[in-house]
Parts: sequence; C-alpha cells; structure tokens
Amino acid sequence: MQRIGVFVCHCGSNIAAAVDVKQVAETLKNEPNVVFAADYPYMCSENGQQLIRNAIKENQLTGVVVCSCSPRMHEATFRKTAEESGLNPYMVEIANIREQCSWIHKDRMTATAKAVVLGRAAIAKVRLNAPLTAGESPVVKRALVIGGGIAGIQTALDIAEAGYPVDIVEKKPTIGGKMAQLDKTFPTLDCAACILTPKMVEAAQHENITLYTYSEIEEVKGYVGNFRVKIRKKARYVHEDLCSGCGVCTQKCPSRKGGNEFNLSLDKRGAIYIPFAQAIPNVPVIDTEQCLKFKTGKCGLCQMNCAAKAIDFSQQDEIVEQEYGAIVAATGFNPISLDKFGEFGYQTYPDVVTSLEFERILNAAGPTKGHLERPSDGKPPKTLVFVQCVGSRDTSGRGKEYCSKICCMYTAKHAMLVREKYPDTEVYVFYIDVRTPGKNFDEFYRRAVEQYGVHYIKGMVGKVYDDGAGHLMVRASDLLANEQLTISADMVILAAATEPDKTARSLATMLTASMDTNDFFTEAHPKLRPVESPTAGVFLSGFCQGPKDIPETVSQAGAAAVKVIGLLSKNKLKSNPCVARSDSLVCSGCSNCEKVCPFGAITYTEAEVNDGTGKEIRRIAVVNEAVCHGCGACTVACPSGAMDLKGFSSNQIFAEVDAICR
Amino acid sequence: MQITKTIKKLVSEGKADRVFGWKKGELGFDTEPALFTEDFDSVVYNSLCGANLCKYMINETKKDGTVLLLLKPCDSRGLQLLTKEHRVRREKIYALGVPCRGKIDVDKISDKGIKGMIDIQENGDTLTVVTLYGEQTVPRQDVLYEKCLSCVGKEHVGCDEVLSPELSEDTTVNDRFAGVTALEEKNPEARFAFWRSQLSKCIRCNACRNVCPACSCVKCIFDNPSSGMDSKANADDFEENLYHIIRSFHVCGRCTDCGECSRVCPEKIPLHLLNRKYIKDIHKLYGDGDEAALLTFTKDDAEPSVVYERGEGHA
Repeated sequence: MQRIGVFVCHCGSNIAAAVDVKQVAETLKNEPNVVFAADYPYMCSENGQQLIRNAIKENQLTGVVVCSCSPRMHEATFRKTAEESGLNPYMVEIANIREQCSWIHKDRMTATAKAVVLGRAAIAKVRLNAPLTAGESPVVKRALVIGGGIAGIQTALDIAEAGYPVDIVEKKPTIGGKMAQLDKTFPTLDCAACILTPKMVEAAQHENITLYTYSEIEEVKGYVGNFRVKIRKKARYVHEDLCSGCGVCTQKCPSRKGGNEFNLSLDKRGAIYIPFAQAIPNVPVIDTEQCLKFKTGKCGLCQMNCAAKAIDFSQQDEIVEQEYGAIVAATGFNPISLDKFGEFGYQTYPDVVTSLEFERILNAAGPTKGHLERPSDGKPPKTLVFVQCVGSRDTSGRGKEYCSKICCMYTAKHAMLVREKYPDTEVYVFYIDVRTPGKNFDEFYRRAVEQYGVHYIKGMVGKVYDDGAGHLMVRASDLLANEQLTISADMVILAAATEPDKTARSLATMLTASMDTNDFFTEAHPKLRPVESPTAGVFLSGFCQGPKDIPETVSQAGAAAVKVIGLLSKNKLKSNPCVARSDSLVCSGCSNCEKVCPFGAITYTEAEVNDGTGKEIRRIAVVNEAVCHGCGACTVACPSGAMDLKGFSSNQIFAEVDAICR
Repeated sequence: MQITKTIKKLVSEGKADRVFGWKKGELGFDTEPALFTEDFDSVVYNSLCGANLCKYMINETKKDGTVLLLLKPCDSRGLQLLTKEHRVRREKIYALGVPCRGKIDVDKISDKGIKGMIDIQENGDTLTVVTLYGEQTVPRQDVLYEKCLSCVGKEHVGCDEVLSPELSEDTTVNDRFAGVTALEEKNPEARFAFWRSQLSKCIRCNACRNVCPACSCVKCIFDNPSSGMDSKANADDFEENLYHIIRSFHVCGRCTDCGECSRVCPEKIPLHLLNRKYIKDIHKLYGDGDEAALLTFTKDDAEPSVVYERGEGHA
C-alpha cells in the first residue's frame, strides 16, 4: 500500500498567480493513497526541500508527487531530496503545473482545475512506481571531433591539452576548413593563414591528436561514454607514411583539367594534387575522375617520378574502428547554391562572383596571385558592386530565412581592402540592414564608410545584365533616396547566404542528434546549454549549431571542449534505469522491437520458457540495458505488450490517462 | 488429380512426411483445413478451399519432421510474414504453391435464395448448385469472396515449388481501395456511424484474430489480464469497437491483406476496410515496398516534423 505525499509549489507568483495552489493541495489530499499534501512558495529552496524530507520521515511516505515546474528543471533536485530521506529517487514524480498549466492559462478556475488533473495523473503513476536502481557504465577516455575547420581544430587542441586523446575526422584531404580559404579576417585584418596555420601545425604535431583526413564517418553506435565509430579512410592512392611531400608528382601530372576546389574552381589543378601550400597533411591525393591512369589505364607519370614509392593506384578505402567517450560535431558551413537567383547573373557572367570566390581573388595564394583582376579578361575592375543578403533573410522561399551573420562584416572588409589597395576604384555596397554588433565591429564598418569612402546604399539589387558593350549593369533601388539606380560595374560580388554542410543531416541521424528545420544542430538548451546536443555525449562546435564568425566559433569550440573534458574526467557514468524490459513469458520473438530500436539494444536468444502450459524453447528478446536509451519505441512496436519501459510502463501511462479522463 | 500426384511424389522423395491441406467438410461440398499423414487421396483442392492454412504452421513446425503446406498466392504472403517474424520454423515446411482462380463464398449462393445445397459443381465460369429441390446455375464471378474480387495478386511468394502457375487467374474486378475511398469521402459523423453500426455487430468470437497471420502473438493482449487491455475493452458499450481498432493497429503495417478476417467473420463485418485504410495510407506516405514501413527506418523517412492535419492528405 503506497503512502503518497503531494507537494504543491507556488514558484513565487509563476504558478500561484494563475493557480489556486492551496485548493490544489487540499483537493489532491483526497486522492487514494495520498496521506500528506502541502503547498510552499519555493519547493526547490532549501526550506522547501526540508519540508519534503520531514514529510517523508514523519508520514513514512513511499511515494512523492511534486506539482511544480517542468521535470527538466528540478526532477533531479527532488529525486536527490527524496534519496536523502531514504526514499528511492525513482519514487518521485513531477506534475508540471507551470509550463503546462499556469504559464498558458489566464482563467484561474480552469488553471486550478487543470493543475488538479495533472496532479492526479502523477499520483496515479506514482502508485504504480517501483524502486529502480541506476547502473554504472565506464567512460572511454577518448574524444572524436568531426570536422577539421577552425572549430574542430580548436576543440581538439583544448581537449588534447587537458591530456585526453582526440581524433579529428575531416572529409577533405586537408584540415583547415573555410578559414584556410579566407584572405584577411575582420575586424583586425590579420591574415587568416598566418593565424590558422600555426594551429593546424599544432594539431598535427600534438601527441594527443590523431588526424583522419580524407575520411568520413561510416557508422556510429553506442551511447555516452561508449560510442563505437567506424571511420572510412578514403583511398588517397598515396601512402601517407611513405610520402615526403616533395610535390614532384603534382608538377608532373599531365592532366590539368580538374577545377581547383581550394580556389573554388577559379583555376585548375592536376589530377594528383595538394590542396594548398600549407595543407596538413602535406600529402597529395588523386582525383580518380581526372586521373589518366584511372580513366584510360595509361600514364602513371606520378608513380614513375615518386622517389619515395608512395603512389599506389590499387589502394582501397580502409575502415577504422575506434571507441570514444564523447563526440563533437564541427561540420561547418557552405555558401548556398545561387541557382535560384538568376537575376544576379551569377551563372551567366564570369565577373559576377561570390564573396568566397572574391576572398580567393584577393589572396596572394589565389588564382590571381592576389592581384585584383576580373575573371573574364584579367583587367583590373574600376567599379565594384557588393550585394548583401543574397539568399539570407529571404522570405521568397529561394534562400534562407535566417541572417547569415558574417556577411555584413566581411563585405565591409572586402570593400575596405579594395579601396585601400586600389584607391582609384569606386565601391558600392547594397544592403537591407547593416548589422555589426560585436567588439570593434561597428567601428570597423564605419571606417569603411567614413575613412575609405565606400558607398553604402540601402536597397536591393533587382537585376544584373549586360549592356551589350561588355559592361555589367546593376539595377537597384535606393530606398533612402526613393529612386531607381543603374550602375555600370566591372565586377559584382554576391554575399551568398550560408547553410550547414550537407553531410550534417546524415551525421545527425547517425548520432541521433536533433536538427532544426534549417539543418543546424539543435542545442540542449538555447541559453543554458548551448554547446551540448540533447543527445548525451554529443557536443556542438562552430557554424553547425548556427551562423558564427571566427571569434565566436573559437569561443564555442573551447566551451565544447570544456564539456567534453568534464565528461572524460569521470570514471563512471550513472546509467538511466528507465530502460526497456522484455517479458519472456509473453514475447513471441517476432523481431519487431529489434527493427525499430535505433540503438541496437535488442538481441534474441533461444531460451526455455515455461508459461504454465509446459516447457518450450522459444526465441525471445533480450535488452542490453547499457545500450538502451529508454526511448520506448520497442514498447509500441510490440503487439503483445511483452516490451515495457521501467519507470514508464504501459500500465502507468494508461493509469495517467485514466486519471486525466476521470 | 495433379496435386495428389505431386504430394505423393514429394512425400516419397522425403521432401515432407505429412501434408497440411484441405479435406471434405461436414456439409459434403465444403472443405476444412486438415493434416494428413497418410491417405493423401483424400486431400481436396477446389474453389471452396478459401481457408488460409499458413497460421497452422506455428504449432505444426514445433513438431519434428517436415510438413508439406499447400498455399494459394494470398496465403503465401502470410507464410512469408510468419517466417520474417520468426513465428514458424521455415526449414520444417515444404511450401507448395497451388493455383487459384478465386474462391467461392457459399453464403453468397445462399443470399441468392438458393436453399438446401447438397453439392456444388464447377464448369468453367458457371457453377451448378445441386439442391434438395433440383439444380440451379450461378455465374462463378457472382459468388466469389470479396477478397478475391480485389485480389492482391496471383503471384506466389517464397514457395519451394509452385504447381501450374498458369492456371491461376486474376479475378480482380474491384479497385482494392475503392471501399476505403468511399468511406473517406463520407463526413466524420457518417463514418463514425458506419463503423459503430458495423463493429457493434461483433460477438467477440475472436475468429478474426485467430485466423489472422499477423495476429500470431504467443500471448495476445486480449487474453492477458496483466495487459490491462482485456478489461479496457470491456469498459463500455463501445467494447467491440475498441477491440477491433486496437487489433487493426496491431496488424497495421504487417497485414498482408489476405482478407481472412472478413471471410471468417460470422457477422459479416467488413474488417478488411480497416486494414486497407492503413495500407493505403502507408503506401502514400512510405511507398509500397516489401518492408513493414512502420518497423523499418531509413535516413530518407518522412520526418516527424511533417504533421498531417486531420483530413489533410487523405482526400
């Protein structure tokens, strides 16, 4: 016979303003098995908790119902409170009368009535609760960082510095990510390579960091503290351990038709190539679609010229299996495709480029060796038009509804760099709003306007077209002057919206980490847990969680590292005892639960069963409690009800529903 | 008969040591499921063999030896499901597909006012019904089971051997989902009234459950007091309705549309309509692949964020 205590919290006025808490306590006192009921202004305060502890002892309570805020807030608090009084922590149930009641109802009568119903449901559930004991699982003291851009590098360095081994998996042939492609960085205008490459080198040399470049995540299994990951090391056709990085092969390669990805295909590269001079590892990779040996079977010049005998056309992809305690997603971003934005003429005119392409044009290691030359004829442009928000803050459905956040600042940077080096140019920037909050950011933008004389025009560009005489005509509106403009330009630079890398979605599925509608990873709490995914043991670093500039990315990368270090420093993790259980007397062994289990926690065994009708060997389901997350998918897939969730049994849920419908 | 010959040959070759088929029923012209260990000449296979035999294999394959099982095309899908769900030991079955050109619903003959039946003879597309009062002829197509008029397909699946597949005929005259579409076109009140009137006829004989190849649980929730379901279903006068709704959800995504539930229902409740509604929706949302859509998961699955409002996407 359960003896249940009910504790109704006012939450100051958060609950008490809309709900008659005294009446809730009095009404719930009449529920079956309830032997104690009280209300208190702040149940989570020390005094409130003491009230619960005393009541448990004085009334020999076997179950506790706290009517308060969401269990996401204080369930852990009250479980601990109960435990301190000798009660099993899983004998505590929370009735959420704040988020699900007082905050959403105005009428006091109905809110009070609903609070009573929610309390009743929790009482009905706790009547069927059974004490549960959390198990323990060990923590693999190794972290995986997915993505080798500045976010992934910084996270890995911070974790490695704390003494834990870290693996970085990068799908491109080199680490460095987008930052490696940038020329200068705002607001200080220091060279991106100058500040990034030392970090790349540090990551490569760090004794605790292992790099898997040109590699992808193949499979993720397991759970917090015990992930098992398969990494596909794609064949480079060059042995990393043999290659000296001399680069002779890249010069000898006769196939020169491949677009140079690092320079966004503004120039060409060989079929065997090192992405850029400071690439890490400094090992070439063969592009099999361009390589004559792969296409025709003839050639092999690179192999003949390789003194280190590192080139191996028969190399195969390799699968590496590794265990990790924590995983960090740092998959970064890309500019969106501008296929749907025909009005800007990006597909038609070579002198209409994206901002990232413009970074490469400005860069000394870029296709023009840093000289400002327009792609069509190599002439220096005199009039440049920058267009912001190309696909950002877009409500037409062609682009992204969000602000890409970095474009205002890099456009100001581009405009400034052009005016600084080429004072004879005219530079126009079309914008919807200029958004430059951040340390020294607005000052930076104002310098572009005031010191460098960049023409900022509020308005959008409607059309870019050719006047027939080789000039790009930019038609736009000036919203402040309320007039239409047509500018004859030599180059147009489009600040294309950003989007999370395409691989993020399939990765999220493997990690069972949630995403928002824009494919950004969702954080566990937008304010209080911004670097943790709701999936335990999965952390977020950089742009994959939302648009960020470099300073913000580095800060978040460090924060993610701290969370990983905190996890890896534990020797054991308490596991959730609310996991699935299979009733061998009822199980038919049909495999339906195994099919729906996202964690691979269910296996089958042939066991002798005696259900009273005689012994029989039956195929029955067995749950691996360490792997089960308690999601409950199996319990609804099981037609016979053999699968049940401890702490959330079907009967408990039915009892709650019955209590609500009573 | 060719089937008898084949059976004898297979048994003599050691492919099986017994046969599960049909024998003459109590009325003389009807048939019923039966196990034969000898006297294979008394195996009957004709247009009155409507019963799906695959579910008998759950118990039959717990025994030693191999059983030769006769399967119509629709029954073969049931055996496939039972195999996939590990409810039968497939290696203990020799599945022999037998041709089918639609099965005869004796009740439909009675509904024509024909009384005192003593025999039914088949001549091509015409049936001669011998009664105590003389002979009457009936077009075969008029008295086929509903499940045959909207046949899922005459192809056998997963059989070890198929006998004379060329003799199978497609008897489909109805769009399989026509009945569902007609119900969907009604307003919710009319639909509710329809199901309430139909399901309220239920006498809870459990025949639909017992015959269903998807209802193969060791312990059905409706027989399990601790499931809380048996009494739940008895809680109000809507009892039978709840029973059928819960049962249809349990077979949802697994139902092979063999039509046995409607065939065996003594109250003639069109239970197949419930199942076909799910099948129709699943086809629409997940495609009509072989896999049980609700139990499989792919990275391309419809995301839960896609919320279908009531009525939307069903018109």
